[in-house]
Amino acid sequence: MSEVFSAVATAVELVVGLDPDLVEIVALSLKVSLSAVLIAAMVGLPLGAAVALVKFPGRRGAVILLNAAMGLPPVVVGLIVYLLLSRSGPLGEMGVLFTPTAMVIAQSILVMPIIAALTRQTISDLHEEYDEYLCSLGAGHLQRISTLLWDGRFRLLTGLLAGFGRASAEVGAVIIVGGNINHVTRVMTTTIALETSKGNLNLALALGIVLIILAASVNAAAVLIGDAASKRYG
Amino acid sequence: MDERGEQRPVMPLEVSDLSYVAGGKILLNKLNFRLEGGVRTVILGPNGAGKSLLLRVCHGLLQPGSGNLSWAGRTPSQAGRDLAMVFQRTVLLRRTVSDNIAHTLGIMGVARQERSSRIDTALKEAGLSDLADHPARTLSGGEQQRLSIARARVLRPRVLLLDEPTSNLDPGATAAVEAMIRAADADGTRIIMTTHDILQARRLADEVLFLHKGRLLEHTVASKFFADPDTSEARRFLLGELLE
Ligand SMILES: Nc1ncnc2c1ncn2[C@@H]1O[C@H](COP(=O)(O)OP(=O)(O)OP(=O)(O)O)[C@@H](O)[C@H]1O
Ligand SMILES: [Mg+2]
Repeated sequence: MSEVFSAVATAVELVVGLDPDLVEIVALSLKVSLSAVLIAAMVGLPLGAAVALVKFPGRRGAVILLNAAMGLPPVVVGLIVYLLLSRSGPLGEMGVLFTPTAMVIAQSILVMPIIAALTRQTISDLHEEYDEYLCSLGAGHLQRISTLLWDGRFRLLTGLLAGFGRASAEVGAVIIVGGNINHVTRVMTTTIALETSKGNLNLALALGIVLIILAASVNAAAVLIGDAASKRYG
Repeated sequence: MDERGEQRPVMPLEVSDLSYVAGGKILLNKLNFRLEGGVRTVILGPNGAGKSLLLRVCHGLLQPGSGNLSWAGRTPSQAGRDLAMVFQRTVLLRRTVSDNIAHTLGIMGVARQERSSRIDTALKEAGLSDLADHPARTLSGGEQQRLSIARARVLRPRVLLLDEPTSNLDPGATAAVEAMIRAADADGTRIIMTTHDILQARRLADEVLFLHKGRLLEHTVASKFFADPDTSEARRFLLGELLE
């Protein structure tokens, strides 16, 4: 028991003292996950909106596919990205395997369906409610889309937060394509996995604390945004 | 620079052999009528008669399956913003009261510096000035309906189509909405509205179109319709016996 307590105490010290190793790992984690969310948003937002608004054969299937892809197992995504990026793979030329770039790619793939599916849901709900009214005003395509995006902005933001939550908490994909190389590709989750297996609980716990705070803050932010939006705009 | 009050020629509405079929059912059945304008028109009929459908077809939101409809020789889409619609179920944007109106002005391309004075005028007419910064969707039913009407009127339409503007409102809120409708009428905006409320039709109608199961059974001046309707359906409807 006392061993655990002392580990917790050391962990808190590391966090409070802004231990350089810890800071480096946390910074890389944030950099990778935020980049992944950014890229996923650039694809997912327009894709989700398009699936919501454009009628095309097989749209129902596309919706099901997007929603199913939200549950992609991270290790499998990691494996596929690994195969694509490995020296003999189709994208091996890029030489990015075991770099943060590979980790960003893998997390983007994990996050994109979440953002796209939540965007589709948001935009299609609003579209159903607003469309006839907007048509009655003689609004053009761009005006209609911008109205939907604007009125859905808080829910869309919540989708981005959900994507960030998923990216920052996953370990399976980044450990495969990043390789958990010290000072190069070590992020919070992979370090926790490694240090725990080595029996070095101090750093693992310290990172655990940071990760919990991060995840809790992201979720709290999502709730607060939702509350504020519904209070302000009904 | 308000164009209201200025005399604008009325647009007669000409409907011939108009039918609308959906789901294998004939929902509007060979309607023929001509509305000259200059008077308040009430489309009356029980639930499911096809009132909302007819209004949507008149506005151009729905295309008729067959037959013709023209506003002074123009199709509804050519008539464009001469026609404004207030829906049976209000659609309010997730924005403040004044931003709901600002949105319409933006769609119309009204210059920014002109918007705020037009918003103020519209809110004053609707009696909503004090609620300008409230979220529109938290307003009471009556306030929401008044906002919808005010928002439609900033389009400065020649014809205002209102679909059951007071269903679900209490007498006080109904009176406030009817006052807005009268004000629009007095300003020269032509009123075509639906209702299943006989008393409301008595209060507002100059002419009545009586619709039942997708058929136009009567088209007469209101006084005649209420005193001596031609069809037994209308008689039973006025007695409260025709429910569907
Ligand atoms: N798209 C559609 N497909 C099939 N049936 C429809 C469609 N739209 C409306 N209907 C049917 O057409 C009939 C007339 O509908 P409508 O909404 O015009 O009635 P209404 O006179 O406005 O009734 P209420 O007083 O209840 O508003 C109803 O029986 C309705 O179920
Ligand atoms: Mg109706």
